[in-house]
Amino acid sequence: MGESIVITSGKGGVGKTTTTANIGTALALQDKKVCLIDTDIGLRNLDVILGLENRIIFDIVDVIEGQCKLQAALVKDKRFDCLHLLPAAQSSDKNEVTPEGIQSLVEQLKPDYDYILIDCPAGIEQGYKNAVAGADKAVVVTTPEKSSVRDADRIIGLLEQENLESTHLVINRIRKHMMDNGDMLAVDDIVSTLSIDLLGVIMDDEDVIRASHHGNPVAFQPDTKASIGYRNIARRILGESVPLMSFDEDKGFLFKMKKLLGMK
Amino acid sequence: MTETNLYLTMKGTTEGIIVYLDDQCSFEQLLEELHKQLESDAIHQRTSIKVHTQNRLLDTQQQDEIRHLLNDQHSIGIKSFESNVISKEEAKSWYDHITLKPRVKTIRSGQELHENGDIFIIGDVNPGATVTASGSVFVLGQLRGIVHAGFPDGANEVVAASYMNPSQIRIADQLSRAPDYEVEGSQREFAFINQETGQIELDDLHNLQKIRPNLTDISERGL
Repeated sequence: MGESIVITSGKGGVGKTTTTANIGTALALQDKKVCLIDTDIGLRNLDVILGLENRIIFDIVDVIEGQCKLQAALVKDKRFDCLHLLPAAQSSDKNEVTPEGIQSLVEQLKPDYDYILIDCPAGIEQGYKNAVAGADKAVVVTTPEKSSVRDADRIIGLLEQENLESTHLVINRIRKHMMDNGDMLAVDDIVSTLSIDLLGVIMDDEDVIRASHHGNPVAFQPDTKASIGYRNIARRILGESVPLMSFDEDKGFLFKMKKLLGMK
Repeated sequence: MTETNLYLTMKGTTEGIIVYLDDQCSFEQLLEELHKQLESDAIHQRTSIKVHTQNRLLDTQQQDEIRHLLNDQHSIGIKSFESNVISKEEAKSWYDHITLKPRVKTIRSGQELHENGDIFIIGDVNPGATVTASGSVFVLGQLRGIVHAGFPDGANEVVAASYMNPSQIRIADQLSRAPDYEVEGSQREFAFINQETGQIELDDLHNLQKIRPNLTDISERGL
């Protein structure tokens, strides 16, 4: 029996969809059976980031309306057999989707998968309620900006009323030098304000944008800071205890030599 | 000066005349007696008196009847009605107003907490959250949101927090907000209305007992 995790944030553009795609990819890399559900009806993105846009035939609204079977709408990933996507509808009426509909979908998927990740739309209206209805756990994504932390706080307050097993925090797009200068909220301040457990931190990295552009989630690349962050998150979801990555920049060969010689 | 009739006792005090009404007779008898006394000019017209009903509880209609008799027919003003007893309803709302309400909860952005009486929040009040109390507000945690103590007219109430960095503090009808530039916040402070200036001020928590020595004294919160 799998567990379902909703990925939400309140504010738009903080990286919910990217986080969903990458955690899903990182879990699949660990040989877990993963199903991603895009509930952002009318503004579907998850398929694009995964590079699966061309393979979509049916979507979530078709399934809920009973136009097709659930299995027929699932899109298999081009890299893994164990990663599937249930895409959002791009044109259909979003009022067709109800919390009960999503809930029953998730229940149908649970026996076949280890993890079901639900990508939530921005906002706190119907779309959010639909996405959360099917979830056992929640991951709240925020960036180190005041507005996004404020919205995360709002969302956490709403999630508290939902009877979830747990709510965890992912801090996305961290810029080391801006945090050091005090131009961005520090990780500790965010965690202390939101007072929920930190699941992981993701560095701001051009590779994330590049990877999304090519429809190949960054978590595939073994060596970028962002992909390590996502892989660590996946390992923590699996129950491993992984220390938080250090933000320090790699200072290059000379720095390492100096450090080795005790000059720094 | 004390004058006793069958059902009425009048006492002159430094606060003016107090008319004690007997609490054993019927209300009709009282009205009759009152009417008789007024006719006989026992009280000068155009004065203000207090009416004390002893162990009798008057409802608003009965109060209106007495007020009508005194005010409209004899132009005697009534300062207030007093009594040794209150209704259960009043007692409940008074009890509600004087009890401390503990809440183990972090009040998050968009959430609102309204209570009668004092609130004791064991947790944080985050930016964008609102807490309103008819009494004082104590925060065992970080206060960063909006707190309104003494709503709507408790000018003696305070807001105290272990970490104070609110976006707004309101006490009764006064409002004070954080400056536009960023501030660090401070440990263990409380906000109160300075009686001299009429403005909200912050002070160290140590000085609370000097500035509001009767804060937790319930007899201060009149009935």
